[in-house]
Amino acid sequence: MLKKSILTVVGAGALAMSFTAGAEARDQIRIVGSSTVFPFATAVAEEFGRSTKFKTPIVESTGSGGGLKLFCAGVGETHPDITNASRRIKKSEVKRCADNGINDIVEVKVGYDGIALANSKETKQFSLTTRQVWLALAKEIPVGGSMIENPYKTWNEIDPSLPATKIEVLGPPPTSGTRDAFAELAMEGGCKTFPEIKAMKKKDKKAYKKICHTVREDGAYIEAGENDNLIVNKLQANPNALGIFGYSFLDQNSDVLQGSQVNGVLPTFENISSGKYPVSRSLFFYVKKAHVGKIPGIQEYLGEFVSEKAMGDFGYLAEKGLIPMPKAEMQKFRADAKNLTPLQM
Amino acid sequence: MSKPEDLEKGSKLPQPTAWKSNEMLKRVKGRYRSEGRFKAMGFAAICAAIIALVLLVGSIFLTGIAGFSQTYVKLDIYFDPAVLEEIQTSSGEDLENAFISANYAKLTQDSLRKLFPEVKSRREVFRLFQFVSPGSRTQLQNIVREDPGVIGKTQSLWILAADDVDMFVKGKISRNVAQSDRKVSDLQIGWIDSLSADGRLVKRFNWRFFSSGDSREPELAGIWGATVGSFYTLLVTLIVAFPIGVLAAIYLEEFAPQNKITDIIEVNINNLAAVPSIVFGLLGLAIFLNVFQFPRSAPVVGGLTLALMTLPTIIIAARAAIKAVPPSIRDAATGLGASPNQVVFHHVLPLSMPGIMTGTIIGMAQALGETAPLLMIGMVAFVVDIPQGIFDASTALPVQIFLWADSPERAFVEKTSAAIIVLLAFLVTMNGLAIWLRQKFERRW
Repeated sequence: MLKKSILTVVGAGALAMSFTAGAEARDQIRIVGSSTVFPFATAVAEEFGRSTKFKTPIVESTGSGGGLKLFCAGVGETHPDITNASRRIKKSEVKRCADNGINDIVEVKVGYDGIALANSKETKQFSLTTRQVWLALAKEIPVGGSMIENPYKTWNEIDPSLPATKIEVLGPPPTSGTRDAFAELAMEGGCKTFPEIKAMKKKDKKAYKKICHTVREDGAYIEAGENDNLIVNKLQANPNALGIFGYSFLDQNSDVLQGSQVNGVLPTFENISSGKYPVSRSLFFYVKKAHVGKIPGIQEYLGEFVSEKAMGDFGYLAEKGLIPMPKAEMQKFRADAKNLTPLQM
Repeated sequence: MSKPEDLEKGSKLPQPTAWKSNEMLKRVKGRYRSEGRFKAMGFAAICAAIIALVLLVGSIFLTGIAGFSQTYVKLDIYFDPAVLEEIQTSSGEDLENAFISANYAKLTQDSLRKLFPEVKSRREVFRLFQFVSPGSRTQLQNIVREDPGVIGKTQSLWILAADDVDMFVKGKISRNVAQSDRKVSDLQIGWIDSLSADGRLVKRFNWRFFSSGDSREPELAGIWGATVGSFYTLLVTLIVAFPIGVLAAIYLEEFAPQNKITDIIEVNINNLAAVPSIVFGLLGLAIFLNVFQFPRSAPVVGGLTLALMTLPTIIIAARAAIKAVPPSIRDAATGLGASPNQVVFHHVLPLSMPGIMTGTIIGMAQALGETAPLLMIGMVAFVVDIPQGIFDASTALPVQIFLWADSPERAFVEKTSAAIIVLLAFLVTMNGLAIWLRQKFERRW
């Protein structure tokens, strides 16, 4: 027994050694990044694996920031080839990439994703403005010239047209890209409607951001975890609550949930695509140009992603809840993907 | 009457207890009552635990059981030579490409249009084409590959239906809500009803669930890839953790001198067993990925990380088992002239093996259910291909459950529960094995 186990340990050690000594060339694309783009990237990866002779790419869901960190760590087989992001790459990240020898990055916009505010079908549909959303969720609000702790307990205290139910909003935690986008688009959108706060933006950007993006912590906003399905379940159990999550989850659960109007616009496919719906963001992925040609299939993967059958109006990504770009924009990114045009910041 | 005060005063001799006195009867009654209360509370605690377990397992089974069946639709597929022309004309390398790139979707689409010739508008046709799963293309490809002679003929085939159709057939999407509110339109319901009336829709056992890897289409997704990944991961864990754990335990129990250093080691081992598993994940990331440059998402890294996590469990169990071997065995062996090594390897270790095995299996079962450390080393990933070895990218069973639970498609809900059932089955088997080993080989001294 013991002899055997010693042998196996030695064997495993030898195996590990032999591996580190002569690492085989990677023949599989590796993708990291945003959990929002994950459902779309995996759908393309699977279709790509099915319809070509290349291996199916490995897609990891690490979050936009985490993905870009891994992506910018260097050039070579141990580093990922593509990263997905639910926001645009930052200047600091481009610099970080450049510091590690990654100079040519190809940016491809995937499409749009709407962030829906929704509640159970058992209760009335909400019609909110971004200003009301901010007043309901901000930590501090301006009253008579000074900032006070958010006093609102029920919706009708904010505006008599809203129902007299408790403010209860289920949403993602601060680590989530959805939360970032929500803070930027919905909260800041509402906070800007106060002229005195808007004036702050030029003077003290940090304080402005803090006022606009900070969510109250007195229990009205409930962090429901990264799992959007959980929020969907909780909304069904609690008809008075409002939930914040990606449009694709609303699309999949349209029989039990209803989206709220934001500034008079419903979160529908058409409204998000045309840019009318205020709480929507762009989704991207970034490709390391130095890896194209080294790792087999990258160019073909790009081709699959931007093809009409994937990204187009009736493509399978639209079926998964992605909102396609307008024609002209799509043409631009298609050309970028084809020619591997490097990103210019 | 014997009152306690009387006794204290010591004026009288202690009287024999008056068992029949009212006071005594009351006391005895009170004792019975408190015993009864305690029993009732204990029973209630057990009941609460059982109810929680039944609710949990029951709800998983109720949702999960549907995940083991899948809807198929019978279509008359005409293997159109016009569509498959390239396969007939090419050879060698080109033939392989032709097999892959042929437009198999066109075959099912033609067949569907023949069934519903009244569908004309572009949007409706698009909906109709989504009636079957994208996996049908692989199905047709395999048929053509096996026998290219099928080209030009018509075959009646059971084709995998799309997840929305499956959900509707299983009653997970109600037809009693307004059309705009559900994923399946009235038109699609019409198609489903008419096909089902013709006997062209059937629910079958979902073998694919046990034979394929992950997929973004719920009807194609399977747990085999994750199961193989878990197997490789646990294999590495066992190969690394078992010998190291047992050797450490033997040394500490039988050979190590009793001093401060061994005391510190002992305390540390016990503490390690309580360290949250995510910490081991961070350690794995720092050592195996960043220093040793192992590939991300590989079972070898997962296995090594989980081995670190399982080690304390194995050491503690092995030490307890070795300690349980009575000293008389050792004395007898030594008395007959055995060397310390012989005492350990001929007598103590074989006798403590059942206990060590039990501890190891329980440690492995723990490792099987672990997700957090795998998160850090990139095993939480979308992997379609079945891993072929410990260096291939793969996921593990609990990770697969986590990924499916996070997917928007409703059909993944039942797949998630089905995967939990499979994971539970593995855990029950492993723990059952541990109990069986203990029952069969354990010796009482």
